[in-house]
Amino acid sequence: MEKLKLVMIGNGMAGCRTLEELLKHAPDMYEITVFGAEPHPNYNRIMLSPVLAGEMGVRDIILNSLEWYAEHNINLHLGKKIERIDRINRTVIASDGTTAQYDRLLLATGSSPFILPVPGKDLPGVIGYRDIADTNMMIEAARLYKHAVVIGAGLLGLEAANGMLLRGMDVTVVHIGEWIMERQLDKAAADMLMQSLEQKGIKFKLNASTTELVKGESGRVCALKLKSGEALPADIVVMAAGIRPNAELAKNAGIHTNRGVVVNDTMQTFDPRIYAIGECAEHRGIAYGLVAPLFEQAKVCANHLAMHGIGRYQGSVTSTKLKVTGIDVFSAGEFMGGDDTEEIVLHDPSGGVYKKLVLKDDKLIGAVMYGDTSDGGWYFQLLKDQQSIGDMRDSLMFGEMAHASRVGDVGHAGNNKAAMMADTAEVCGCNGVCKGTIVKAIKEQGLFTLDEVKKHTKAASSCGSCTGLVEQILASTLGGAYQQANPSDKPICGCTDHNHGTVRKAIVDKHLLTIPDVMKELAWKTPNGCATCRPALNYYLISSWPHEAIDDPQSRYINERHHANIQKDGTYSVVPRMLGGVTTPNELRAIADVADKYKVPTVKVTGGQRIDLLGLKKEDLPKIWEDLSKAGMVSGHAYGKSIRTVKTCVGSEHCRFGTQKSMSMGVKLETMLFGMYSPHKVKLAVSGCPRNCAEAGIKDVGVIGVDSGYEIYVAGNGGIKTEVAEFLVKVSSDEEVMEYSAAFLQLYREEGYYLERTCHYVARVGLDYVKKIILDDAERRKELYERMIYSLQGFEDPWLQAVKDPEIRKRYEILAV
Amino acid sequence: MSNWKTICDLTDIPVLGSRIVRAASGDIAVFRNAEDEVFAVHDKCPHKGGPLSQGIVHGKSVTCPLHSWKIGLDTGEAQAPDIGCTKKFDVKVENGVVLLNVM
Repeated sequence: MEKLKLVMIGNGMAGCRTLEELLKHAPDMYEITVFGAEPHPNYNRIMLSPVLAGEMGVRDIILNSLEWYAEHNINLHLGKKIERIDRINRTVIASDGTTAQYDRLLLATGSSPFILPVPGKDLPGVIGYRDIADTNMMIEAARLYKHAVVIGAGLLGLEAANGMLLRGMDVTVVHIGEWIMERQLDKAAADMLMQSLEQKGIKFKLNASTTELVKGESGRVCALKLKSGEALPADIVVMAAGIRPNAELAKNAGIHTNRGVVVNDTMQTFDPRIYAIGECAEHRGIAYGLVAPLFEQAKVCANHLAMHGIGRYQGSVTSTKLKVTGIDVFSAGEFMGGDDTEEIVLHDPSGGVYKKLVLKDDKLIGAVMYGDTSDGGWYFQLLKDQQSIGDMRDSLMFGEMAHASRVGDVGHAGNNKAAMMADTAEVCGCNGVCKGTIVKAIKEQGLFTLDEVKKHTKAASSCGSCTGLVEQILASTLGGAYQQANPSDKPICGCTDHNHGTVRKAIVDKHLLTIPDVMKELAWKTPNGCATCRPALNYYLISSWPHEAIDDPQSRYINERHHANIQKDGTYSVVPRMLGGVTTPNELRAIADVADKYKVPTVKVTGGQRIDLLGLKKEDLPKIWEDLSKAGMVSGHAYGKSIRTVKTCVGSEHCRFGTQKSMSMGVKLETMLFGMYSPHKVKLAVSGCPRNCAEAGIKDVGVIGVDSGYEIYVAGNGGIKTEVAEFLVKVSSDEEVMEYSAAFLQLYREEGYYLERTCHYVARVGLDYVKKIILDDAERRKELYERMIYSLQGFEDPWLQAVKDPEIRKRYEILAV
Repeated sequence: MSNWKTICDLTDIPVLGSRIVRAASGDIAVFRNAEDEVFAVHDKCPHKGGPLSQGIVHGKSVTCPLHSWKIGLDTGEAQAPDIGCTKKFDVKVENGVVLLNVM
């Protein structure tokens, strides 16, 4: 079959990102042709300011080298501007006569600086600030001339002014508004910013409009006249008074345009063969001028071009950060506030710090910060998630650090001021990655997302506790270009665009029973998934349809497949179950015999009150299990995303302080939950009195005996980040402990995302939600309890299964040649 | 040089699974994918020596169980951005029997 022809007009960040995404989905679907008006391959336009300021070179900001185009067989026409689109013959025509036919056309023409319609606007020395040519023009002017005037004190204007100042020019910024950056800042923040820019040497004219640009003797611009009559000397004038989407080309081809080329949620114009993306496109009335939304658009557009037909772009919330070295400004959302909003303000003029948070209905809707912007990313996330901030109102102003002590998984050892960290500071403790390595990778490899950083540097790819920190480093390195993904919206992996929630819902709603069925139903992009999605799918299937969906061992992580824990040298460890940490001389004898017989190198008592045999060979596993089974011992599932242990203290059977029989309570719970698979590991503990020797306060379910019964705590965690379990309920009998614990765990099994611990699940849905179901609704609690019991019915010890079934046993045998 | 040895029946290898063959030069992992293609590589990840035979098989790749490197089964090469290579062996199926070229 002949390939479809895709032509892209415009060779900038939005367009090339679309191509990258498309090549990932459907590398062979299209024959691709690209026209770029500039003579450069795709470069990082937002880094032009550092180039102008002399902090980077043009080569440092190239995102896709010429080799990249060649490698992907992309027909690249540089320096050719498209003059006309002939929609009838589906052809584009360039100024030099080059033509190209298309089946799909992608408009990524970007925008142009708005040029004020004043006399003299066409004089030499009058430019916009848009591309490498403009940047070079400014650099050149700084070498030859003295006076620069920038019209417009927006983000771009100030960056241009700062750059020319650093290159030795005398710079004045002319601004029509009452204060600078009025689209991003309120007056208080703007005044502080202006003051510090003035201290650097930039001069400002506010409330000033330009009436004329005056021609000098050389024919070049020499001065700028204001309405007030004042004239400013100017050897170069930079117009930075806004941008206009480049929609002319589309308009002339009869495509509906407004400010930009109007597109729908799949980035198609009114001619469905023609897509528009980036700054030239207008989506739901907004033409975005920042880079982050463009990447979201690119993803959707590529998806549609690859004919997956899934994914909609529904608009973006944007944030801005000024790239002027030494000055930190951040703003997002509706920062001006209004009649129905509240504001929390911190204003320290001499300390150079200003923060304003705008709240509405207990939600953050806007933020402006000057001086200290390190929490910008965090506020922006709160704002986008529309998370209720009611319970953190008192500490909200003091940032993520103040809040981190109360909610889990946000930083690493309290160290969350990414921007202030030294380059040598270690970020990822698992893989030994320091900040400098991450920053270097982001800059040199052109990385924009957490996943890309994970792949290239390995940071945050093991235990994940430094994820928050890596995201902050991304945010502080990329500034406005960084778009933090909402974790619950993230696709499971690169094999699909669906997130955990949608996938599970489809499995439940459509009664899907096998992994191939799920992949077919949800249009998986890979033939049989990967090591990330398959274990998740397997879990969702067996937990949604117990006794119906069949467990797929090949989609289990190695430890669960072999019912033992793999160790760094490829040997295994085996932990027999000891219910409630209570054992017998017979069991101990059996363990000792196995240790002797198989020359087990290490025998260790675990944290979960049982005994670990380490250093076993794979082929010996079934024989060891056979010996242990004979003494009545079963798998301890020390390897599983499953019930691990129920830790107990001795309780009232022996202890003089004990109020309840914690050992027997623990044994009952562990017996009930035997064979329970869950999104992640689950640990329980039962203490016989509030002294809590079994450490129930850091368990997924912790039970503490008191004189009148038991207190049940949930969602604790003793691992990566210690989380104290939260009080759920007080009950009076053993039966109630079993019912409430099982109901909570079943809720977690049905709603928790794969690899989400109970503490993260509860943080996501809220403890109130859990209480409403488990405490207030007795019927639902009973149903949950019964579903748990039903799904565990008839569970057979996997060790015994392997001992009895020769087919399974064979998997452990080594073949000879 | 070739030295073809009979290893096992194709059905002795689980679909999307593997078996280990103990050879003089070290363990060899023999994989079977969803299309019933077989592959054989040295059972050691180029990263930290993890047993590739115990990883999850998908497409023509296996993900190492220790640190999730992805190794191409047909080439033995680690997938970008990781760099490394494990030795690859010739393997074929004839009449449902798996043959391995143990060099």
